[in-house]
This record gives sequence, C-alpha cells and structure tokens, in this order.
Amino acid sequence: MTRLRVAVHKFTSCDGCQLALLNLGPTLLAVAERFELVHFAEAGPVDPEAPVDVALIEGSISTPDEEERIRRIRAGARRLVAIGACANTGGIQALRNLPHEDDWVGAIYASPQHVESLKQVRAISDVVKVDLELWGCPVTGAQVLAALGALAAGVLPEDEADKVCLECKRTQTVCVMVTRQVPCMGPVTRTGCGAICPRFGRDCYGCFGPAEAANTDAMSRRLAGLGLPPRAVARRFHFIHSAAPVFAAAGETALERDHG
Amino acid sequence: MAESRSVSLRVPVLARVEGEGALELDVRDGRIAHVALRIFEPPRLFEKLLEGRAFDEVPDIVARICGICPVAYQMSAVHALERLFGTPIDPATRALRRLLYCGEWIESHALHIHLLAAPDFLGFRDAIAMAKSHPQAVARGLALQALGNDILRTLGGRSVHPVSVRVGGFSRAPDPAALEMLRARIEAALPEAETLVAWTAALPLPHDDQDFCCVALRHPDEYPMNEGRIVSDRGLDLDVGSFETRFRETQVSHSTALHAALDGAPYLVGPLARLNLNIDRLPPPVAAAVDRAGLRLPSRNMFHSVIARAVEILLALHEARRLLADCTAPDPAALVTPRAGSAAWATEAPRGLLWHRYETDPAGTIASARIVPPTSQNQARIERDLSESLTALGLDRDDEALRLRAETVIRNYDPCISCATHFLTLKVNRA
Repeated sequence: MTRLRVAVHKFTSCDGCQLALLNLGPTLLAVAERFELVHFAEAGPVDPEAPVDVALIEGSISTPDEEERIRRIRAGARRLVAIGACANTGGIQALRNLPHEDDWVGAIYASPQHVESLKQVRAISDVVKVDLELWGCPVTGAQVLAALGALAAGVLPEDEADKVCLECKRTQTVCVMVTRQVPCMGPVTRTGCGAICPRFGRDCYGCFGPAEAANTDAMSRRLAGLGLPPRAVARRFHFIHSAAPVFAAAGETALERDHG
Repeated sequence: MAESRSVSLRVPVLARVEGEGALELDVRDGRIAHVALRIFEPPRLFEKLLEGRAFDEVPDIVARICGICPVAYQMSAVHALERLFGTPIDPATRALRRLLYCGEWIESHALHIHLLAAPDFLGFRDAIAMAKSHPQAVARGLALQALGNDILRTLGGRSVHPVSVRVGGFSRAPDPAALEMLRARIEAALPEAETLVAWTAALPLPHDDQDFCCVALRHPDEYPMNEGRIVSDRGLDLDVGSFETRFRETQVSHSTALHAALDGAPYLVGPLARLNLNIDRLPPPVAAAVDRAGLRLPSRNMFHSVIARAVEILLALHEARRLLADCTAPDPAALVTPRAGSAAWATEAPRGLLWHRYETDPAGTIASARIVPPTSQNQARIERDLSESLTALGLDRDDEALRLRAETVIRNYDPCISCATHFLTLKVNRA
C-alpha cells in the first residue's frame, strides 16, 4: 500500500480537532509510520506548500490571509478534508455573522486597524471545494483514523448522518428529554460523539451539527412545549453550528416568532 | 572578538506551539534592535459572543477557547458564576473538580514535554524522529498523556470539551467501575512519573538564570488548582476579585493577544512560577522526587519549566490517587438561583493563572465577560526572555543557532496562542 502524504493545517480554531491525532497516545507513532506527515506545525513538521494526497483542515476562514492560504492548499492537495465544526460551518465564532451583531472587533480591540479580519466567518466549503467533511466539536480520533484509512484504500468513508437519538437507543441510554424534560438537541443532531451528553445526564447541544432530514420545526415546537421562550429556542440552534443552514434558519424562525 | 554583524531573522510559522505565532528578530551593531513574538492568530471574540447567552451555556462556550485546556476555562467560569450567584458546592463536587483538573494537567504537560519541548533539548526535529532514538521516553510520555485524557473522559465524557461540568456541580457522577480502573492505572503510573522527573532533570538544558517576577495562586493547605489568592515573589497577595487593580492589559501592534503587566512590568505565570511559589505545598513524596532530581527551588532558570511540568504530573497523579481513595458520589448539581451582579475567579490552567470576570442580569444572562488567559500574561516576559537569552548566547552566533535558541525559548513557555488571542481590553472602543 502506498504511504499517503498528509498535511494538517490550522485556521481559526481552538486546536481541539488536531488533538484527535495528538491525543492518540502510542497510536500516534503508528500513524506516523503508516502516513507521511508532511506538514503538521503543532507536531513539528513545517512545509505548508508541499503537495500532498490528503490535507486535513481545522478551523474556519476569518481573515483575507486565511482565504489566500486555503486556496493555495487546495491547489496542492489531491483530497481536502474539513475536520470539525469550525471547518464545516464556521463553528462557534460564526455567531458573529448573525444579522443583529455589529462591529465586534472594534468593541474588543482598542486599535482595530491592527487586527485583520473578514466581516463574515466562513466555512472551508464557502471558499474552496471540500472532498470530505468530518463533523464534531471536536472530531474524534476514531473519525480521523477511519477517514485516513478509507482514503488510503482509495475510497471515501461512509457518511454517518444518523441522529443522536439512535445512538441513545443503541447504548440503552435513558432519554433525558422524555424522562426529565431536558431540552435535548439529540433529535436533530448528527451522531458520532457516542451520545455522551445524554449518557452524562444532560442535554445534547448540537456540537456534531445537523443530522440528515432534521425536523427542526418539530424540534422547535417541542422546545417551546418544554417552556423555552422563543429567544431560548433560537439560542439552542444558534450555538456551535449557528451557520449550518438548517440550524441558522430554525433559529431565525424562532427569533421572528419573538419579534412577531 | 567576533565582528558585530546585522541579523534579520523571520520565522513565519513557529512549529510545536499551540496556535499560530511567528518570530521576528533584528540585530544591529551587536545589539538587539527588535524582537517580537508575533501572534497573528485571528481573533474569535469570545468575550463578545458570551454577551446575551444564558449562564448555563457558559461552560460549553468557554471550553471552545482552547482544545488543550478546556477544563481550565470551564473551572474559572463555573467558580466565578457560583461566587456571583452564591451557589453552595458540596465537598465531593469540589474533590471531583480537582480530579478533573489533575487529568488536564497530566494530559497537557505530558503533551508539551514530549511532543513540543523535548525535541529541542535532544536535537530532534520532532517527537516522531525522537521516538526512534528514545523509544521508551516517548512511549512513557504518550502513555501518561493518554492516562490524563482518560481521567478527563471518565469524568467528562471526552477529553476535549468535556460535557459534565455545570454551574452548580456535575451533570452526573462518574461511573464507579470506571473510577476503579483509573485507580489501578494511576497507581501503576506513579513510578513512571518519578522516572519522568529524573529524565527531565537530566536533559541538557541551557543554564541561563534570569530575574523575573513569579505570579501564581496560593492556597492555605494544598497545591493550587481551583482556589487561592494571587501572590507573587515580590510580596503581592491579592484576592482574585481585585486582579484588575494591579494587572493591566494593553494592545501591541504585532499581536492579536493583549500584553499583560503587573504594576507596569512583565511577570511569569505557569508551572515554574507555581512551583517556585508553592514548594511547601508539595506532598512529601513529590518534594522528595524534586530533591532526588537535584532541582533547587526557587529556580531562576526558565528552562527548568520542563522539569516543573514533570513535577506537576507527579503531583497530579498523587493528588488523583488521594482524591480517588476518598471519592464519594457528589450531590446532584446544585439548583442555581441566578441574580444580577458581577464576580471574578481565577484558577491555575496548565499554562498558568486564568482569570475570568462575569457580569449578569437578574435572569443570569451574561451582560459582560472578561477573560485573561495565561499566554497573554506571559507574552511580555517571553519577549524579555528572548532578549536576555539571545544576548547571553552571543549575538555573533550564526542565524541557525540564534533561530533555534529563540524558538526553544518560546516553546519553553508552552504558549497557547489560540487561547491568548481574542480578548478584551479595558478600553472598549465603541466608535
């Protein structure tokens, strides 16, 4: 089997998705044997311009420099994989894209002219073609390893877009919404985390993004039925994946209800 | 006598640091004309996006500031909000939070020692190359890192952005069987951590004593993590609520991280500062390991930070063992009654003092937030260290030697650049 040349690039992010690799423990050394890690600044190798088979992209695009950089990476990468919420939809920092938010950089920095920043935080796929998206905030080591393994075999991994609810059923986790009226986002959120929030007795907060065929209208009605006012319903959707179209729209609908 | 020459060094992407930073160094007429740790990580504006959110969303939001130390952000946040609301915390919850923090210290320090710092001292490009010549050391480090992560997973569901930390307590008590398994692994890891302390002390670290001011929390009877007063080795002794009276942040043009100063001067936070200020809070077996390693405390050699991290891994394992021995299930998370007000708290993140302040309305909605992370506090100290270290090394050394030493100096602080950016100045410009 050929040894794939792999790069890990960071954009605007918390670094948590790169940790899917750095936290592998002893497996990290096996990964380094199996794949050629050409560029992975946090782990050591720096060669951002080198052509690669797979570029793993963490983070969102939020400056003009980043926009240029992702285009160069795309040009030199056979496959480009967006890993994690920031790369997939802009992540939590995309909250600043919401229409009611104004000049945040000006509010935080005394001299905003020194801080380069695009008006909108953008997902990787807003700027370049993305071959594969791995969802999660953060992605898990298992997801990244499965994707690298599939790409090494010349295929794309299967896209698991089931809802967290299914994972709760599989793991026989008691439903926190049914039994405790907790405003759990599991019914509209993509699985992959192992349903950790319900297993830890709390609400899913949507960090793996929208599931396939997410019925956000029914979800919103249920949240309202649990006593959440429209603004609180909006905040449930406008959180880690506020810029995912399905969640963005559901949140806006709730806000319109608030104003109307 | 070497002829003085001009040097202009630019390292556009610093390797083995968390986040995006660059180094600029200019030498003219045998003197440093300009040195900067340039931080260009784009701002994520967390303080602003916290405004208008409910208090119970805060732990999930602030975790996203840093993938390596999310627990630190969650801990400073929940303690500040509990202080604000007057929420009582039961002793079992307090103990579990400390255990959680132990997991993060072990994970973060083991990652830094082995994957980020040690290759500098042993002359390797990275840990993967180092593993070929030092397989046991790297395997030991990765196993310790994995144990730290598993403590986090057991208590919080996952190691990056754990989910169980709530204002008022934990969303659920950890599984007793899983705690039992941790107990056995922690026991087995203690001798490994002792070996690690000796191994870091035997690294060929540069000798370069400098004069710097150490700042850390200090607790009446334990090594500081979640509670304490802010103290320095120059006589500072401050309630966390009074932080802003002595510490100021300013913006500099080469960085999206703000520079902090104590009474106008640079200072150090992090493992070496913590250890220097809390030698007498080490449990006896850890103090004995420090003695055996020949580490004299307080130390003025910044490069002893790597030993301090190993000592803190050993300490965190001892603490974890003790906490697990008398572990009882915590009360369910306390019912929180929000109120309007403002409160601050600080905890000890792996990289040092992490200070938060929140202001809420009567419903507990966040009206304003201010977060001062460790790396922005260390930034001025790092630049001072660069000047002193490179001058001590000799500015007539070739570019490669200067670059390597400069990078080693920066990495030695374990700067967490993702954390360091995105924060608010005191001067809010709402033009």
